Amino acid sequence: MTPKIEIDQFSYRYGDEIALNTISLQVQPNTILAIFGPARGGKTTLLRSMNRLTEIGEPGTHSGRILLDGQDIFAPGTDIATLRRRVGMVFALPVALPMTIFDNVAYGPRMRGVRSRSQLQDLVQSALQSAALWDEVQDRLDTPAQALSGGQQQRISIARVLALEPEVILLDEPTAALDPISTAKIEEALMELKQQYTIVIAPHNVQQAGRIADDAAFFLMGECIEAGPASQIFTMPRDRRTEDYITGRFG
Amino acid sequence: MKERLISFLLFLCALVSIASLAIITFFIFQAGLPLIFRVGLGNFLESSLWNPSGDPQSFGIAAMILGSIWVTLGAIVVGVPLGLAVAIFSAEIAPPRLAMLIRPVIQLLAGIPSVIYGFIGLTILAPAIRATFGGPGLSVLTAALILGIMILPSIISISEDALRAVPSAYRDGSLAVGATRWQTIWRVLVPAARSGIVASVILGMGRALGETMAVIMMLGNALQVPRSPLDSATTLTSNIGLELAYASGAHRDALFATGVVLFVLIMILNILANIFTGRVTFWQRLSAFRPAVFNGRAAWRRRNT
Repeated sequence: MTPKIEIDQFSYRYGDEIALNTISLQVQPNTILAIFGPARGGKTTLLRSMNRLTEIGEPGTHSGRILLDGQDIFAPGTDIATLRRRVGMVFALPVALPMTIFDNVAYGPRMRGVRSRSQLQDLVQSALQSAALWDEVQDRLDTPAQALSGGQQQRISIARVLALEPEVILLDEPTAALDPISTAKIEEALMELKQQYTIVIAPHNVQQAGRIADDAAFFLMGECIEAGPASQIFTMPRDRRTEDYITGRFG
Repeated sequence: MKERLISFLLFLCALVSIASLAIITFFIFQAGLPLIFRVGLGNFLESSLWNPSGDPQSFGIAAMILGSIWVTLGAIVVGVPLGLAVAIFSAEIAPPRLAMLIRPVIQLLAGIPSVIYGFIGLTILAPAIRATFGGPGLSVLTAALILGIMILPSIISISEDALRAVPSAYRDGSLAVGATRWQTIWRVLVPAARSGIVASVILGMGRALGETMAVIMMLGNALQVPRSPLDSATTLTSNIGLELAYASGAHRDALFATGVVLFVLIMILNILANIFTGRVTFWQRLSAFRPAVFNGRAAWRRRNT
């Protein structure tokens, strides 16, 4: 099976500080890859590199390649907006843009140029359904999204990405700010979503990674210590450091 | 002991400024209100006949109110698009180093004395407008253009702060779903900063409304209701500034009454601005009630920048 995403000898540095050191990883289509490890391990940098969000603000420098369907996303001439539509991103903090629920979800398609009201309605409905939020908000789509609870706002963030009909969804600790019930709903939604999408997630904790991941990669101080099928990583890790982290001896 | 002395002295300083505000307020109203009651509020505001030395005397400030409104709106039309553009550029687009250069330069703009602005309007802009569009040159258009520049610092600094205060999660969230930088600015950041931007516009209006010296120099001070942007006009502030030195009796009272109107207008603008920024207590709001013309420009500028 050809990988959906192939990370090839990828390094990233902010000035003198090395955030990622020669990472090589593959993500198979329709699977969930969990990138886990202690803070400052490079998880966020890797996720943000995958749709080039690292270029916002004061960017660092990278070397190596990230291939999406065999195409280097850093190749000159790559349209960043198109890339970000194919590879959507959900952040740790829920982002409810200051507009209505409908407009929040329709935001991406609108920015892409979709004008037809009925088409937008269809996209919004199916995105909200996939994000397991439709039943809760369907009769108040015209109310401000910021009035929703944190868990609902995070599912709005996911729906906003889904409305773009992307190929890959990146999630950076999407349940970090949420309660256990909201977390369970989001995990449930992700398990459904992998039928259609390829998902890369920096999970909130090891337990979450164990619950949802097909593959897992352990990151420590910018290095990928170990990667492989989740069943193997979480039961028989090859590296001592991975085992120590999973069993809670540090981190 | 020393601590207590210092805090007492500081308290005293605070008390002095609050007291002076209260005294100014009392004084203006005490001097101006009786005349308004005598002439009648309707007559005072709606008549455009101002003849304080005639027989019978007449005190109507409609022409000045309209002059003030025209000039203020003109300044807003000039200053808001320009100021907003600079604020967006500086907060969102310019590299940090360039933004660090823009800020002090804008602050410098606030430090130029208004008489210098008036001088430039009078000697450079007015002749150019006379030559290009006709009319007397000293006109609403001239004053609006220069005032539009003068209100830039208020608009830029407050709008820029508002834009910078938008959570970066909004920016990331928008960019992450493939919106361009421009779409992100217009669809997300500017709407999110709307209250601060509106407040900056209102404060800019207050500044333009209160401006006296530059307006005296550029507006022609003609006691008439302007029919076009090329006409001369006069404003509430310039009338007070020009006539108070020699006015006496009812004339003097009428100028104070003009001050009351100005005071109320600026008070309304300040309250609106504070409501929009939504972070001001009653006492802070009270300290905003300062009409520039009675108060000296320095204090006004300190407040606005």
